Amino acid sequence: MFVTPGYAQDAVPAEGELQTEVVEVHEDSGFPPFETEFYPSQLLWLAISFGLFYLFLQKVVLPRIGNILEVRRDRIAHDLDQAARNKEEADAAIAAYEQELADARAKAHAIAQDAQDSAKADAEAQRKTVEAELDRKLVDAERRIAAVRETAMKDVGTIAEETAGAIVEALIGQKPDDKAVSAAVGQVR
Amino acid sequence: MADDPISQFQISRLIPIEIGGLDFSFTNSSLFMVASVATAGAFLYLTTSSRGLVPGRAQSVSELSYEFIANMLRDATGQHGMKFFPLVFSLFMFILTANMYGMFPYFFTVTSHIIVTFALAMLVMTTLVVYGFRTHGFRFLKLFVPHGIPGVLVPLVVAIELISFLSRPISLSVRLFAAMLAGHITVKVFAGFIATLGSLGAVGIVAAILPLFLTVAITALEFLISFIQAYVFAILTCMYLNDALHPEH
Repeated sequence: MFVTPGYAQDAVPAEGELQTEVVEVHEDSGFPPFETEFYPSQLLWLAISFGLFYLFLQKVVLPRIGNILEVRRDRIAHDLDQAARNKEEADAAIAAYEQELADARAKAHAIAQDAQDSAKADAEAQRKTVEAELDRKLVDAERRIAAVRETAMKDVGTIAEETAGAIVEALIGQKPDDKAVSAAVGQVR
Repeated sequence: MADDPISQFQISRLIPIEIGGLDFSFTNSSLFMVASVATAGAFLYLTTSSRGLVPGRAQSVSELSYEFIANMLRDATGQHGMKFFPLVFSLFMFILTANMYGMFPYFFTVTSHIIVTFALAMLVMTTLVVYGFRTHGFRFLKLFVPHGIPGVLVPLVVAIELISFLSRPISLSVRLFAAMLAGHITVKVFAGFIATLGSLGAVGIVAAILPLFLTVAITALEFLISFIQAYVFAILTCMYLNDALHPEH
């Protein structure tokens, strides 16, 4: 089609004029993408450049990017693991702490209860001793009071007899019989 | 010459090479293939050289493109399709970079030539067929015989499947080639209107504002298309490769 004149002229060119010659050829032949004379060149250079590009990407670039992404993915997964583990540890620590706190509280309560109980018992015992002491003292005192009163009563009798004797003597002028006075006093009492 | 919207696709020999009667010259097309490959390769290599655990911006770009293609391939073919990852990734990066290079004024667009896109498409189809036959043997041909088809319809369906299979490399290559070619021609034509109208005096200069806006808008659209075409090529590659991996539908 368009190519035939191109080839015809291409066979002619002098080495130096190649460039201008080609331009002329194109003006004649019309549509550049359909110029088959450049197909071998384009195929060859496409094969070379794309082939090298493919090899370079396959051998160097893609493994590298893949590696970067993988390392990042691993790192993130690892960090998440670590975070989860840390959280577990923290939870366990909190649980242990709360357990200990509860234990301590229970223990404190028990100790307080014990102390209270023993204090109460002590106080009770002390109270009992004191009460016993007081009872004893009361009994003693009552006994002493009774003795004193007895003595006093006995003394009252004697005083009364003596007083009566003295009164009678003052009245009749003679000392009355002691026995009669005591009998009389005893009668009055 | 400069106004001609086709001249931007012109190939010129930079270093003439001829082997066995065939022209293997290093052309401007070759130059931009090498430039695309070198740029993409250097970018991916240099941005990942620090292997940062926390990526910087440039490293993020490399990683995102890696994961973008990896997810695309995994979604389409499953985990064992990942053996094709270097191929799909290379294709995507090559086409994307070549398309983006094409957006520079006066630069050559490698993917605007049908032979280049067809070669890439054939690379995919060859890989697919070779891999398909090597792993599945003749069971690979079940690709053309879908399950649960009544016996009468089998020849018809096989014919349709065969035609659709054979048209894949054509549609794959023509889509990319045509999109790039048409886009660049459109930009050039609208840009040409600016110059033409501008030379018509004051009224022309005012009138030239419209094509100026259109040129800017279409340039933006072209950037989008540059990416989308690379994406489409890559995702279709993934889907076709899926057939090689699972020939039974």
